[in-house]
Amino acid sequence: MKTENLIQALAVDAGTPPAPLGRTVSAWLLPGMVVAIGIYVAGLGLRPHLLSLGADDPRIFFKIGLMGLLVCLAGLLTLRLARPGAELRGISLALMIVPALLLLGIGLELVAVPQADWGRRMIGHNAMFCLRSIPLLALAPFCALLVALRDGAPSHPALAGAAAGLFAGAIGAMLYATHCPDDSPFFVAAWYSIGIAIMTAAGALIGARLLRW
Amino acid sequence: MIGASRAERNKTYIFTEITTGAHVRGNDREQGWAALMRAGNAGDAAAYQQLLRELTPVLRAAARRGLSAGGYAAMDAEDVVQETLLAIHLKRQTWDSQSPFSPWLWAIVRHKTIDVLRRRGRRLHVPIEDFADVLGSDEAEPSMLVEDIDRHLKSLPDRQRDVVRIIAVDGASIGEAAERLSMSAGAVRVALHRGLAALAAKFKMSEA
Repeated sequence: MKTENLIQALAVDAGTPPAPLGRTVSAWLLPGMVVAIGIYVAGLGLRPHLLSLGADDPRIFFKIGLMGLLVCLAGLLTLRLARPGAELRGISLALMIVPALLLLGIGLELVAVPQADWGRRMIGHNAMFCLRSIPLLALAPFCALLVALRDGAPSHPALAGAAAGLFAGAIGAMLYATHCPDDSPFFVAAWYSIGIAIMTAAGALIGARLLRW
Repeated sequence: MIGASRAERNKTYIFTEITTGAHVRGNDREQGWAALMRAGNAGDAAAYQQLLRELTPVLRAAARRGLSAGGYAAMDAEDVVQETLLAIHLKRQTWDSQSPFSPWLWAIVRHKTIDVLRRRGRRLHVPIEDFADVLGSDEAEPSMLVEDIDRHLKSLPDRQRDVVRIIAVDGASIGEAAERLSMSAGAVRVALHRGLAALAAKFKMSEA
């Protein structure tokens, strides 16, 4: 078959337009989110009096908002990494806002809380539950994202997988943040980050194989 | 490039050169390709065919340079051209229509060429000096038949193979193919798309 023949076949196939990548990712992410929220409702549930507690303690909405910001930025990064030749500098810099804000929160907490309480605030009430819950809540969105990204064309499959893990981990962490009674930025820095890092590492390992094209 | 070996960085350098060259030659071409691609992704087969025809000589030049830079004979560049065309086609949904077209195109070309070179890594190769005349020649399609794609085509499931062949070689439309194969138009569309995806997968698996 000559190249002109191949082009002929490709053109005929192009008569059926492909779904844009963003739409494919959303279409997979949606059921993944439904499963994650189902697990959340069945196993964890919303923290009692979240709104009134949040009105008194800014740490609560700082924690939830920070994870929400990470969800948005990691989502954008994931899509960028799935597109060949996409510009990455802007989004990578924007992503740095998240650790910067967390450091700021830690700084404020160091000032606000007496040194004797630092250790207790970092260990929190149930660190192991946090470590288990974030990956558990992240799992369904994680699988959905990896399947959707097979439709992408990442120049660096491991990196794209890692971004998907970060994205899913942030989703798990944001859900968990609305349940978790530990609000200190110390706790977030110590335990949330481990949970998210587990998902990121898993994404890199799986992505390196699954997302090759 | 993140985590790239030295050899890969060298390959990247070559493509940077090509990319820069393409950039200098014109914003007009970039705009034209982007417009054709936008139309193609909206289902305009004629615009898309024109785009692929315009891209092919450029891909051919890039494949020849890539192969010779990797120390391979540029003679089988047409296999790389066809594999790259398939990749462009099957990944066309990853182009963001608001973004420039060339960086997307070159990222795919670079990815596919590096992939081909890596797959052929263990094969003995001919020094590039022997093929200087080939490199200097024009970029018309070689008249000889290209082997790889025909071999891969033969190994597809019957239905997909028949559909791809009738449409590609005989130039049949979806409707004509449906009539000749007593299939529904929808089934022809699905078989065509699956057949093309399977062809790309066969390229990927070959020489692994």
